[in-house]
Amino acid sequence: MEGLLNAIVLITNFAVVPGLAYGSQLALGALGVTLTFAVLRFSNFAHGETMSFGAMVAIFVTWGLQAYGVSIDPLPTALLALPAAIIVTVLFVLGTDRLIYRFYRDKRSDQVVFIIVSIGVMFVMAGLIRFIIGPNDQIFTDGARFLISARDFRDMTGLDEGLAIKTTQVITLATAAVCVLLLFWFLQKTRTGKSMRAYADNEDLATLSGIDAGRVVVIAWALSAALATIAGTLYGLDKSYKPFVFQELLLPIFAAAIVGGLGSPIGAIVGGYLIAFAEVFLTYAYKRFLGHILPDSWMPDGLAQLLATEYKFAVAFVILVITLLIRPTGLFNRRST
Amino acid sequence: MTGFKRNVLPFLVFFVLIVLTGTLQSWSLAFSILNLCLVSAVMALGVNIQWGYAGLVNFGVMGFTALGGLAVVLIAADPVAAAWQAGGPGVLLALLVILATVVITLAVRRLIRHAALRMIATAVLVIAGLVTASMVFGPSTEAIEGVNPSLAGYLGGLGLPVLLSWVVGGLFAAGAAFVIGKIALGLRADYLAIATLGVSEIIIAVLMNEDWLARGVKNVVGLPRPVPYEVALREEPWFRSLVDALPLGSVELSSLVVKGAYIGLFVVVLAILLWLAETALRAPWGRMMRAVRDNEAAANAMGKDVKRLHLLVFVLGSAVIGIAGAMMTTLDGQFTPSSYQPLRFTFLIWVMVIVGGSGNNWGSTLGAFIVWFTWVEAEPVGRMVIDHATAWLGDDSSVRNHLLANAAQMRLVVMGAVLLLVLRFSPRGLIPETDRR
Repeated sequence: MEGLLNAIVLITNFAVVPGLAYGSQLALGALGVTLTFAVLRFSNFAHGETMSFGAMVAIFVTWGLQAYGVSIDPLPTALLALPAAIIVTVLFVLGTDRLIYRFYRDKRSDQVVFIIVSIGVMFVMAGLIRFIIGPNDQIFTDGARFLISARDFRDMTGLDEGLAIKTTQVITLATAAVCVLLLFWFLQKTRTGKSMRAYADNEDLATLSGIDAGRVVVIAWALSAALATIAGTLYGLDKSYKPFVFQELLLPIFAAAIVGGLGSPIGAIVGGYLIAFAEVFLTYAYKRFLGHILPDSWMPDGLAQLLATEYKFAVAFVILVITLLIRPTGLFNRRST
Repeated sequence: MTGFKRNVLPFLVFFVLIVLTGTLQSWSLAFSILNLCLVSAVMALGVNIQWGYAGLVNFGVMGFTALGGLAVVLIAADPVAAAWQAGGPGVLLALLVILATVVITLAVRRLIRHAALRMIATAVLVIAGLVTASMVFGPSTEAIEGVNPSLAGYLGGLGLPVLLSWVVGGLFAAGAAFVIGKIALGLRADYLAIATLGVSEIIIAVLMNEDWLARGVKNVVGLPRPVPYEVALREEPWFRSLVDALPLGSVELSSLVVKGAYIGLFVVVLAILLWLAETALRAPWGRMMRAVRDNEAAANAMGKDVKRLHLLVFVLGSAVIGIAGAMMTTLDGQFTPSSYQPLRFTFLIWVMVIVGGSGNNWGSTLGAFIVWFTWVEAEPVGRMVIDHATAWLGDDSSVRNHLLANAAQMRLVVMGAVLLLVLRFSPRGLIPETDRR
């Protein structure tokens, strides 16, 4: 019995909790992609860099606050910096829309043109970010490190395995939950949210009914930029901020949005957690876990790992391929592709 | 604008730039740049076939390039007999099991009519096949990697002539493109872009981690070359008389001759591919492709199988990219999987095609020449500009040091900005697509 409890604690500590946090970050990122897709009808390849940009602004504001001695211990100062970072990122993204995307929208360019344009934006942003903050690691986490540390947990329960919960993981989950609730309230209950959904469903009909297309587009960009900033900052708090990581996040984020169904907010959230848990559970080494529940003679020789950690993002790709083969519209999308 | 001014003059300007690099910096550098310009031109041609002819977005250029590079290792490197003995049969058996799994799965899927049953049967068969394969695979690869790990530790290649690997590289890339195209074509255009991006990251991850195949990040060095070695060259009588006739040292001249030989080979390949591409574009086939690109629905209504044509063009373009990848690895003489940065160089190839003129093969060639030249020369020039512009700040100014340290990053910004500006103000590029009837 104790063996089983130990095994559960072990896997919660090393797979479930990190998976939940990572899943929330992916879900927030995928929500941004799905929103721009629903309204603007293209996959925004620059979204990863938007996350990076938002996180970078948050880091600068955090450093500024820290320099003035502002702190909300035990919470990280970065949370206080978030609103300012969101405003800056939203303005920046709206600027790119005004300068770059609007021209093609007015011309009703093909979506492939938008994709190429977004990859151009992506590289300009990537270069700018690396130019401003440098390509290296930046750590800006402060406040209490653990809500429960592994040793406290062991002392409390008397088990062999510890369960450590990082403050950043709890904050990630809580912030993601708040954001998702706010977003759904906005989309379902407010007039603007409803007009946005109408526009996403049928652009021409919505415009005919007097919905201001320009306004819907601005709100979609603003929401996706805000979500990107939050996702990027949470990711940076939880792991560490490194500009090139956000390029690697692009694939799991797209996979999450497509699995759920491009354009579907619920789909983006489900997809985010699906990808995150698949990655974590497929690359987890089950050796110690099995050691707790199996008798010694049954123990496997190796690490009992299903997939080497280097192939972590192959998981996202395989899920993407399976989706494209079986159900290209995604899990939660009624519209055909 | 006359045809000369628009089509020939830019090429002349480019060659003047190369000559300037040769005289101002060094001829060795100029030849190296020219070599990579030619390789880039082949890659850009591949992307142009996909994007310019058919409007397909391929963000996985580096993955196909890496497959071409792998072909050089597998074809041209010397076989490692001990490794074959240790694990060769096991690896072959595992591959055979995977192949059998695929065949059986496809056959079973034909036989079962019920949709849900079919899916369950597929899943069971695939998982069973993978588990069986990995049981033989793991021990054999370990045995292979254990054979003389510092020098070999991989199966080696077939020891065939290196030029053959260029063809095989194209075939490898075409095979990968066929699978990806089958999955992602016919759906939304974004899906192809995302799927190619994903597959290129996975190809590169596999090449970096599967040491038994091509030594992974330990790199395969000393690949055979289609041109003579510098040291051997210096022994040749005709080369000695050349050294006497020219005002150059024998070491420098031998390196120039070798690079020149590569230039000759690459020009031949580029010329053949350009000729083929131009002929295809001029033929009724090219007219059909343009029709499909410009109005899919109409072409479909006229009885053209749009999905099949897209698959064909995607496979052809990727094959060209694979050939370029094999050429690049041959030029380097080594296979270094970690040097393939999936997005960065893919993006560069895209800038070449868009700047040069999508849909025009000469345009993409010119774009490749100019963009690669700029990419290489922008670093020293940019550093120099920033160095001079911030000199007044003094040597210990943090702003100046930060700018100098991160100057290299500005190249990305400049390339991105160039792409956006060309797309916006001159979407047809330097040498626009000609209206053909």
